[in-house]
Amino acid sequence: MAGQLNIAKALNEALRKSLENDPKTVLMGEDIGKLGGVFRITDGLQKDFGEDRVIDTPLAESGIVGTAIGLALRGYRPVVEIQFDGFVYPAFDQIVTQLAKMHARALGHVKMPVTVRIPYGGGIGAVEHHSESHEAYFAHTAGLRVVSPSNANDAHWMLRQAIESDDPVIFLEPKRRYWDKGEVEDAPSLPLHAARIVRPGTDATLIAYGPMVKVCQEAAAAAEEDGRRLEIVDLRSISPIDFATVEESVKRTGRAIVVHEAPVFMGLGAELAARLTESCFYHLEAPVLRVGGYHAPYPPSRVEETYLPDLDRVLDAVDRALAF
Amino acid sequence: MTVKSTTRARKKAAPAVPDNLRTGAGAPAELVQLLTPEGERVEHPEFPLVTTPEELRALYRDLVLVRRFDAEATSLQRQGELGLWASLLGQEAAQVGSGRAMRPGDYAFPTYREHGVAWCRDVDPLNLLGMFRGVNHGGWDPNEKNFHLYTIVIGSQTLHATGYAMGITKDGADDAVIAYFGDGASSQGDVNEAFTFASVYNAPVVFFCQNNQWAISEPTTTQTKIPLYRRASGFGFPGVRVDGNDVLACLAVTRWALDHARSGNGPVLIEAFTYRMGAHTTSDDPTRYRLTEETEAWKAKDPILRLKAHLDKEGLADEAFFAEVEAQSEQLGLRVREGVRTMPDPDPTLIFDHVYAEPHTLVDEERAEYEAYAASFEGGENL
Repeated sequence: MAGQLNIAKALNEALRKSLENDPKTVLMGEDIGKLGGVFRITDGLQKDFGEDRVIDTPLAESGIVGTAIGLALRGYRPVVEIQFDGFVYPAFDQIVTQLAKMHARALGHVKMPVTVRIPYGGGIGAVEHHSESHEAYFAHTAGLRVVSPSNANDAHWMLRQAIESDDPVIFLEPKRRYWDKGEVEDAPSLPLHAARIVRPGTDATLIAYGPMVKVCQEAAAAAEEDGRRLEIVDLRSISPIDFATVEESVKRTGRAIVVHEAPVFMGLGAELAARLTESCFYHLEAPVLRVGGYHAPYPPSRVEETYLPDLDRVLDAVDRALAF
Repeated sequence: MTVKSTTRARKKAAPAVPDNLRTGAGAPAELVQLLTPEGERVEHPEFPLVTTPEELRALYRDLVLVRRFDAEATSLQRQGELGLWASLLGQEAAQVGSGRAMRPGDYAFPTYREHGVAWCRDVDPLNLLGMFRGVNHGGWDPNEKNFHLYTIVIGSQTLHATGYAMGITKDGADDAVIAYFGDGASSQGDVNEAFTFASVYNAPVVFFCQNNQWAISEPTTTQTKIPLYRRASGFGFPGVRVDGNDVLACLAVTRWALDHARSGNGPVLIEAFTYRMGAHTTSDDPTRYRLTEETEAWKAKDPILRLKAHLDKEGLADEAFFAEVEAQSEQLGLRVREGVRTMPDPDPTLIFDHVYAEPHTLVDEERAEYEAYAASFEGGENL
């Protein structure tokens, strides 16, 4: 399509195309109009599509999601922007008790095509509540779909697929990768909930999504210098998880390491480890290991590098897995 | 220094709370009333209402049938046919008056107690009982009668109603929405956010608060220090307090409010001042927190008795009419009893239906696992 774009621009183009393609699509959020959002993801869209379709809302997250539900009931397709990860909690009730369950409560009579975009994760030197990874809360709730792209192409096409979905989608944007550039293709190559092997390997499988895919790529490149060939699976979708792709990879490599920024305890890694133990037991050469955040509030930015998984922590886990 | 003196000046100027801002069980002066508890028709300069004898009889029929349905449901809960019931006893006029004020294209967003509004929207009463029996969580098609699913989380639906109303504006339609909620819900953040959104977007939504004096065990004084209808002024739209046991006043005020909203003037808050004559639900025991004297005092303001007194006094209905309504009421009771007792349990695989609108690998996988597990028992396919 437009060649090399950064993730922010790829998302902006996805929103533009979605607004063009469906008159029922509306954007809602704080400061998304004239300002273009604090990360400029909606830059220029209000100017081109009007205040009626790119709606600056009152500063009330529950109100944003709650009214988006009402608009969906009226036949609209709202795309909501939550300004930062830590500000979604006031809307948590509407997301979990209403948005996620409405289709089931109505025995299928109504649909909830609402996309909730959330810039998430750390690494940008931010103040408190601006660096959180809360994907496990949402993935634990039936009725929601949860996805997170790691690159510009996925950011573009996954957002368009999420908006087209008739189910509510929590769309987690890796904010520290917003400025990473990549080629955006003319058509999507995968369905929304498919994982992708981004680097083939034979010795162990690194499983990651969102901002951690890049860290795993760096780790795999470094490991290669030591003669270790690591495979990387980019989950892309956190709920549902494309277990088939993950299991096929782990059965080949015999080792799996899950990497995410979110705390290890009760994180996605726990689910993946349990699942792989059940489905790949006789193929595993080592326990499934997890690399992630600590069971502590996200720390002040001067020490966030200690909290965030990096190349060395991933390679340390690789060493431990290969030592079995 | 400047800050200090300003603060002092403000403190001095602060007026005492006037008497008419105090809440209480007594009906305050600003209450809109068109029919006294004795059945006398009175006029209100701002809310004129012209009614034919047929309309008055139809409202009476609604009130009686709705109360009968509610009583049947309470009995069915006592007999073990329903898991729970939230009775509307005492609130029939607020619900029928507001429900009959709606046009076909208008839309209602109820709590879990709006059985009378459902009746006015022509929702099959048996649909309402499904969730209280435990066969579904609602399950009717909200768009069929423009009556949304019951909402149990307090106040959530006021935002849905506001968003829906925002959609009406975008569509350029002249429909309007009613968001039902109670005195307890007025404390919820969502309700206050709904007021804000509706106000700034001029959304055609009427916030209909049934102040039934009790949020389970908490009196309205635990929720507010001013009459609830006055909350509206802080959000920049009109608020009206209406006698919630007066079906005519509820009809007139709601009709005005819906027209006000649909004409592009933005939201209205109506506080229907009424009383929850029964328990919060069949699981509640009001004797632990309120006095019989209070309930007895409200009995004298009964919405059905006052309309009957009016019909009698004015000679607008004869014995044959009342007998016919009674017979219809018996038939409704019978239909509800039979309908509930023969309401089938859903197939357990309902658990997996409609979790998502589009195919979902995890749900499909778990359904298959369950079905294989069930089939592993002798005669398992019938589990």
